[in-house]
Formats: sequence, C-alpha cells, structure tokens
Amino acid sequence: MAKGLDAQAKQGYALIAPPFLYALVILAAPLLTILTYSFLTDGYLEVVRDFTVSNYVQVWTDPIVRTVMLRSLMVSALVTLVTVLLAFPVAYYVSFLVRPERKSLWLFLITIPFWTSYLIRVFLWKVILGYNGVINSSLTGLGIIDEPLTFILYNVNSIVITLAHAYAPFAILPIFVALEKIDRALLEAGRDLGESRAMTFWRVTLPLAMPGVLAAVLIVFIPTIGDYVTPELIGGGKIPMIANLIQVQMLALDNRPLGSALAVTAMAIVALVSVVFLLINRRFLKVRS
Amino acid sequence: MKGQGRGLQAYALLYLLFLYAPIILLPLFAFNSGTIIAFPLQGFTTNWFAQMWANATLRTALTNSLTIAVSASILATCLGVFAARASTRFEFPGKGGMMGFILLPMVLPEIIVAMSLLVVLLGAGVQLSILTVILGHVLICMPYAIAILSTAFSSLDKSLEEAAYDLGETKWSAFRLVTLPLVMPGIVSSLLISFTISLDEFIIAFFLAGNQPTLPTYIFSQLRFPKQIPMIMALGTVLVALSILLLALGEYFRRRGNARMGGNPTGGFL
Repeated sequence: MAKGLDAQAKQGYALIAPPFLYALVILAAPLLTILTYSFLTDGYLEVVRDFTVSNYVQVWTDPIVRTVMLRSLMVSALVTLVTVLLAFPVAYYVSFLVRPERKSLWLFLITIPFWTSYLIRVFLWKVILGYNGVINSSLTGLGIIDEPLTFILYNVNSIVITLAHAYAPFAILPIFVALEKIDRALLEAGRDLGESRAMTFWRVTLPLAMPGVLAAVLIVFIPTIGDYVTPELIGGGKIPMIANLIQVQMLALDNRPLGSALAVTAMAIVALVSVVFLLINRRFLKVRS
Repeated sequence: MKGQGRGLQAYALLYLLFLYAPIILLPLFAFNSGTIIAFPLQGFTTNWFAQMWANATLRTALTNSLTIAVSASILATCLGVFAARASTRFEFPGKGGMMGFILLPMVLPEIIVAMSLLVVLLGAGVQLSILTVILGHVLICMPYAIAILSTAFSSLDKSLEEAAYDLGETKWSAFRLVTLPLVMPGIVSSLLISFTISLDEFIIAFFLAGNQPTLPTYIFSQLRFPKQIPMIMALGTVLVALSILLLALGEYFRRRGNARMGGNPTGGFL
C-alpha cells in the first residue's frame, strides 16, 4: 500500500517537475532577486552589496509614494466594488434565468470583449469619455447639456470605468460558478418554509454565492492595483498609480533597490489587504464545508 | 417571476452593450474618412487599411508577435499538459502548493512579473530580444493552458487507459494512442487561447523586448500621434476579427472535446 503510494507520488513529481521548475526559474528567482535588491544600496549604474533598510524608510516616508499608494488602493477598491456589483446580477441572470442550452453562448459573449486588444479597448474608452467624445458630443448634439460633462474626463472616474470594463469577465465567471453549484431544492425549501423571494435570496442564495463573490473580489482587486496601461493612457500620465511609479524608479531613474522596495511594499500591502479581507469574510467560506 | 426575469434580462443586455461598446466603435472609425476620432462620422474609406498594409514597421511587429505567440503557446501548452496530467491523475504531498505556485501568475500583477524578470535578465547580462519576451509569455500563458487542459484531463475515463495497459500497451504508447487523441480538443483550445493571450500581451513585451517592436508595443507607441490613430483603428478591427475567429475555433474544439467524452455538448449540468 505504502509502496503503491510512493510510486504514484514519484510519477506525480516527475510530471509536475517541468512546469514547476520553469515557474521557479522564471518567477520565484526573479521575485527573490527584487526582494534582495530592496535591501541593498543603489550605486551609480550598479547595485552595491551593502545591507540597508533605507529604501523602505524612504518608501514609507515619501509623501508622493504615500499619495500614489493610497490612490492605487482607492482606485482598485472602487473598481472592485463597481465591477462586482455590476457583475452579480448578470451572473445571477445567466445562472438562474437563462435556459441551460443557452448558458455557454452567454458566457462566450461575455468573454469575447476580454480577449480583444487591451490597449485599443482602453484607448476607445478615452474616445467614448473624452472632451469631444462619444458621450459628450451626442449629449451636446441632442441639446441635453451645453458644456461637456467634466466628471468623466481623464480622471479617476474614467480610470474606474475603463478598469471595470476590462475586468468584467473576471468578476462574472467566479460568481456564475458559485451560483451554478447552489442546489435549487434549497431555494424551494426556503420558499416552502414561508420566506419571501427577497428573504430567500438574502438568507439562502447570497450566503451560498459568497465564495464566488469573494473570489471575484480578489481576482479583480489584485491585478488592478498593478495596472500600468490605463493610468498611462487615460490619465495621460498625470494620475500615476503604483505600477507607473515602480517603472519610473526601476528604469527612468535607474534606482533598482528603491524600485524593488516599492514593488515589495506594494505586493505586501496587496497580500495583507487580501488576507484581512478573507479573514473578515471567513464565515462565508465555512458554509461550503 | 416573469417581471423579475424581464428586468434582469434588460439589465444583462445593457451590460452586454457596455462590454461591446468599444468593439462596436472600432470598425466605425476604421472605415471613417475623417482623420479625427470623433462623431459625426465623415465618409467611407478603406485608406487606413491600405496605409496599414504598406507600413514596414508594422510588418516587423507582426512577424515578431507571431513568432512570440506561436512559440509561447506551444511551450505553455506542453508544460501545461505535464501539470494538468499530474494534478488530475496523481496524488502526492505538496501538490496543492506546487499547483498554486504555477498558477500564481494568473493573479500576480504583470508589472511585478515583468519588472522582476527584467532586473534579473539585465543583471545576468542577457540581451533583451524576442526570446526574453517568449520566456515571460510562457509563464503567463501556462496558468490558462493548465486551466483548460485540467478540464480536458479530468473528464477522461481512467479505465480506458487501464484497458490499454491490459491489452499490452506500454505507458507511453497508451498515452499516445488513447489519452492524447481524447484530450486533443483541449490541447487545440489551449494553443488557441495561449496564442491569443500572447498576441495581445503588452506589459511584458514592452519591458522585455529591448528595441524589437511587437504589435501591442507598436500600437502603444503610435497612440500618442493623432495622425496615426485611424490606421491603428483599422489594425484594431483586423485584430478583433482575428481574435473572435480564434476564440470561436477554440470554443468549437472545447465543445467537441466535451461531446467526445460523452458529456453534454450543450453545456448543461453534470
């Protein structure tokens, strides 16, 4: 018995070795390198091997870094909230109201825009929301407004709209999967026991869908905080987020230790926020088991 | 129930409109003779497509992107087959952690992947080129390949392989003759998805390509010149059409795979 398990484990390790080693060399080694760099000193055109925490002190005391970091967190949180709130009814509709044979068509339609050129999509949002953009020119043309709307112009709002569009499928799919897993008999039981439709949704459907909602929140929140393109194109580089700051330190200013400290700090904050978020919501995850 | 369904349906259709808004605008501007990207539209023209066709830098970028996407999708799918088979067929200590680590690039911000890889490559004195982009793209395509391939491998009936062993096939020949044909639709689907991801990937290509242009980095460089934008819209139209074609093909193979496994091809429960 034990020998059989060993043979199986050996085969498993042999199979997983190539992709695992690849990820070790191309991902883990570079991540460890920037972790090391973040504790070293910046010299002229090179990194000096002197241990220091001054990079972190600089990162944590610099008011610009603090502003940009807080802005990134706020934008990501806002994008996550908007994306998940907008996505939930769609996932609910596809899971509960679309006929089973039409579901994959809906999912396919939802994912297609995600696979089309990211840069061009972001740029087109600039066209849609801009000063002479689609929204402003049609509203002015129809005589509804006299002056172009300014609240959607090249600012945080337009960044949020663009990112909410870009990450829509990431929010819809996990919620949809969680909703699909719900035993429909439970909902009938809720109704039979005299709960209203709204209360059944609130007390049965929503708690059971929470694992999917939590997954959606993390899957949207984590990558958006590192988004580089949208602030660059939509914000015109005037409202940088943390990714733009990392890039400037690493390349334009060639201060790799400081850039590394920024990257490590950003990753640590994202990880911390995610863990805290999961801990706050852990009771919803227990529902499953 | 009916009223609630109507409301939700209307919302879902509006949401689809929101999702498709940029894609609907793209061909409008690509065929519009006006040089400024704004309404009202001027006249009809195919000049921007002709201009695109004649552009030499764009051709280099296209060749580079295709080279990168073909190599990255093949490598990512090969590595994905190993991981998917390991995770669906075998139990071993630490499997969850190892698989989680391999799938990590799916949620890691790309800027972190690109920057850390760039720092290491520069530190090691590696010349930045198409090759370094391929290294990065394989890493980010692999999780998607694994997700698709795992579905294909997990719906595989283990007894088919065992029957092949009983009939005297070796492990390798059973894999080649029985397993591989059954998961082939998954492999094709994984190749297509990885190809699409790599073709559209910007951040890693932007930082790791050195001075070699790829399609997305070329597009990014041109977006700051208003004169070039109509041509970029034409290019975008072609790219979108191509992506939709590839995805439809990928979806077709995935469904055929499901049907071949005896699953419900219409995508219902079970």
